[in-house]
Amino acid sequence: MIGFWILAPVMVAAALGVLFARKAVHAALLLAVVMIGLAIMYAIQDAPFLFAVQIIVYTGAILMLFLFVLMLVGVDASDSVVETIRRQRVLSILVGVLFGVVLALGVAQVSVGAVTGLDGAQPEGNVPALAQLLFSRYVFAFEATSALLITAAIGAMVLAHRERVEPKVGQPERAAQRMREYAEHGRSLTPMPTPGVFARHNAVDTPALLPDGTAAEGSVSRVLVARGTIRSAPGLVDDVAVVSGSVGGREETTSGVKPAEAGGGPSGPIAGDPSSLRPDDETIDEQGLGDQRRGDRG
Amino acid sequence: MSATPFLVLSAILFTIGCVGVLTRRNAIVVFMSVELMLNAANLALVTFARVHGNLDGQIAAFFVMVVAAAEVVVGLAIIMTIFRTRRSASVDDASLLKY
Amino acid sequence: MVSRTAAHVLLQESVPVVEPAAADGVFTLLWLIIALPALGSAILLVGGRRTDPWGHLLGCATVAASFLVSLVAFVALLGRDAEDRSVQQHLFTWIDVFGFQVDAGLLLDPLSALFLLLVTGVGGLIHVYSIGYMATDPRRRRFFGYLNLFVAAMLVLVLADSYLGIFLGWEGVGLASYLLIGFFQHKPSAAVAAKKAFVVNRVGDIGMALGVMLLFATFGTTAIPAISRVSAEASDGVLTALGLLLLLAACGKSAQFPLQSWLLDAMEGPTPVSALIHAATMVTAGVYLIIRSNFIYENAPVAQTAVVVVGAVTLLWGAAIGCAKDDIKKVLAGSTMSQIGYMMLAAGLGVAGYAFAIFHLLTHGFFKANMFLGAGSVMHAMDDDVDMRHYGALRKALPVTFLTFAMGYLAIIGFPGFSGFWSKDKIIETAFDQNLYAGLAALLGAGITAFYMTRLMILTFLSEKRWAAEVHPHESPATMTVPLVVLAALSVLGGVLLLGDWITEWLTPVVGSEEHGELPLPAIVYTLIVVAVVVVGVAAAVLLVARRDIPREQPQQVSLATRFARNDLYGDRLNEALLMRPGDSVVRSMADFDDRFVDGAVDGSGIAAAGMSNTFRRVQTGYVRSYALSLFAGALLVVAALLAVNLA
Repeated sequence: MIGFWILAPVMVAAALGVLFARKAVHAALLLAVVMIGLAIMYAIQDAPFLFAVQIIVYTGAILMLFLFVLMLVGVDASDSVVETIRRQRVLSILVGVLFGVVLALGVAQVSVGAVTGLDGAQPEGNVPALAQLLFSRYVFAFEATSALLITAAIGAMVLAHRERVEPKVGQPERAAQRMREYAEHGRSLTPMPTPGVFARHNAVDTPALLPDGTAAEGSVSRVLVARGTIRSAPGLVDDVAVVSGSVGGREETTSGVKPAEAGGGPSGPIAGDPSSLRPDDETIDEQGLGDQRRGDRG
Repeated sequence: MSATPFLVLSAILFTIGCVGVLTRRNAIVVFMSVELMLNAANLALVTFARVHGNLDGQIAAFFVMVVAAAEVVVGLAIIMTIFRTRRSASVDDASLLKY
Repeated sequence: MVSRTAAHVLLQESVPVVEPAAADGVFTLLWLIIALPALGSAILLVGGRRTDPWGHLLGCATVAASFLVSLVAFVALLGRDAEDRSVQQHLFTWIDVFGFQVDAGLLLDPLSALFLLLVTGVGGLIHVYSIGYMATDPRRRRFFGYLNLFVAAMLVLVLADSYLGIFLGWEGVGLASYLLIGFFQHKPSAAVAAKKAFVVNRVGDIGMALGVMLLFATFGTTAIPAISRVSAEASDGVLTALGLLLLLAACGKSAQFPLQSWLLDAMEGPTPVSALIHAATMVTAGVYLIIRSNFIYENAPVAQTAVVVVGAVTLLWGAAIGCAKDDIKKVLAGSTMSQIGYMMLAAGLGVAGYAFAIFHLLTHGFFKANMFLGAGSVMHAMDDDVDMRHYGALRKALPVTFLTFAMGYLAIIGFPGFSGFWSKDKIIETAFDQNLYAGLAALLGAGITAFYMTRLMILTFLSEKRWAAEVHPHESPATMTVPLVVLAALSVLGGVLLLGDWITEWLTPVVGSEEHGELPLPAIVYTLIVVAVVVVGVAAAVLLVARRDIPREQPQQVSLATRFARNDLYGDRLNEALLMRPGDSVVRSMADFDDRFVDGAVDGSGIAAAGMSNTFRRVQTGYVRSYALSLFAGALLVVAALLAVNLA
């Protein structure tokens, strides 16, 4: 009894959480709370078999399936708050509240009679009694559900199956495609530079620097670009300046070009002196700290 | 222990599930709300099994679970298919069959 | 007749019952009389242009053959005893539905025999005349087809042994009349005149149709012999209604007041048509109908009085119109109305007048056909000019036409010794015998007839010539003059039928006989009075027309009476004001009602349904969540209802 009164508010709160959670993943996790609560309710009500099944099937299988699909669809996808159907939300809540009140009041008002308890119905325990029923009176329904499960499994496979409508693209095709793009659009034949190449960093969010000092945009993952967590080429101007500065400071300023100008016109000394882009270990650490700070600010 | 608190809890959960179906637009969340409703009904079934002192209610709850499992499998597959073609899991986007 | 109600009971016995014997011997050929012209019509109308070269000859031949058969039948009838002169030939069962059987049969008795001779005889002469008159018309063959059709229909009308058969012929002559009036269909006036004749006749036909229906409803049959046996058993109201309905039919077909307006316009048709249909035969069908239905009218004194009134009014109406017209054919048309008014008057006088009505009908058929054909001859000579003010002094240019026309003229005004004298004198005498006012009307009509016919003679054949320089009047060809001569002879000699009261006795088996009542004055005095009135009429015409200059143009400053008469006594205006305009507005308002209310209701319900659908289809948003909301609300209602029931 105490268990019920502790669990019931938790379950209602979790259920409301399913209702209000912006992210579907949160809703799924809250639903798991409700499911487990329900399992315990079954245990309280002399239904240990259902308790186990609830945990295994619902929390274990079904909810995991939900989460799996959520991962496929996109964990981040969150509902828009704006209601598109006119008055749908207001009416839903109104009708829902009315329904809940009427149903709860009605159930509370109707006397369901004295609780008989299941002691008489399951003398040998819950599972043997259920098995007795399931394989005698409900055997036909049981078999039917097995057919249903098979059908559902096949159905899910059919639905998830994707027919290949075009020939498989293999290595020769990809090579040919690459050559064609080079011929038509002038795209680089070589693979894109990996992030961090020639840059002060070799982090994945830092674009590679081309020999002329410009950033190679294609070297950074598109996902990071979309998120906006990339250190853009203009942000590297300082790095270039620092690099040239450090190189120039140690080896005389033979080039005669100021670091500030180097950022504006990347065709100068760096291109002319590739060796200057090979920094010392110290400076890397130094600049890395500086970058860290800048990243925090941005 | 009296059965009424369980039944009221069942009613409340069912209602919350309903409202969830009505207000959420993400098909997966709508599906979860449906599951919530099914489970609320299961709770009522188990409660009544105890009230009446026979196991038929529990058997029914068991079948509901099996059917719900099948339903979820197929339903999620459908959602996947729709998502694959429309890049959207919103139930409102599939609204071409209308006046 | 009001003055005769006392003698009513006696009169019933004097109406003979029609009890025909079965046809045998020569009478089995009766059907040929109708079949010949019908066949001719069919050949000419179906055969098309292939029959053009000989179509007119075939048309004349069929009618001539029909006349021969009629003559043979007539002679055979003459050879029988007076009581046996009624023959019925059963042809086939026409209609046989539950409780209603109509046999197609022919009834030949003294009355129809006379009509057969008139229709086929005068009709045949007019056919011959038409050969010459229509010689230059490219559609002459079609014209003869129509003429044959008319003759066949008219013969059906007079030979039928049931009212339904009469109705068939009745509609047939109406159709033929329509086709022939509008024969010059390229002229809008002819087309309009044909339509008018058809529409006005339709009013009369409604009377005929209702009459036939009432006959069937009352007696359970439409056969004339059967009805004549039991007619006295019907109630007075039914008989009066029947009499009035048949009178309405007769008014339509015979151009009697108030359905007289079409006859003057019908003169748009070719002149032989005017002579055949609108003078000699078809327009007398009304008189035939009333006399054929004598067993009804003898038992319906109110209807008889109505017949007399209609006859008297039309008699004066037509005569008044005849005085003012300058169109020679319209004068003759007015005269026709007037003369048929005489016949109707006589027919309304009952047993005493029937025979004289038929007698006048025959003589009128002769002299009016004669004069119409004469008028056609004059028009032929004057390049189809019909205005008498452009004639004058034609007696020298058209000697044969003049002489024959003069015979007709003397006959119609009742010059002693001519046919019209005998027939009209008898009618006037009988009218005075029965009712003073009817007599006076008939007497006045005789005077006016004398006046306008004299005016016509003076304007056309006498006085000085007024025709235009380019017109060269010439006598018509023999095909036209021979019929004129024959008809003129008949006009002169038609009176012989009265010799020894032959016609009265001949018709007695059909119409019965009545002892001549005691006249307040000797018969010769009436005759003298009539002759005196005619002389006054002629003298008036001579004074007013011959002694003055006749302008070529119609004078416009004329007396009110003349203006009235020129406008047909405003009969058309009356029809228009009393019938056409109210009917028009009723129809218009009904159409309006239909448009606004009936259509409004129908369209409105459609629009309402469409609007409702338009509103409610918005519920189908396509959003599954909104459907779920409806479902949920429904579940709420169910739960609430369950609770309410359980807790209550």
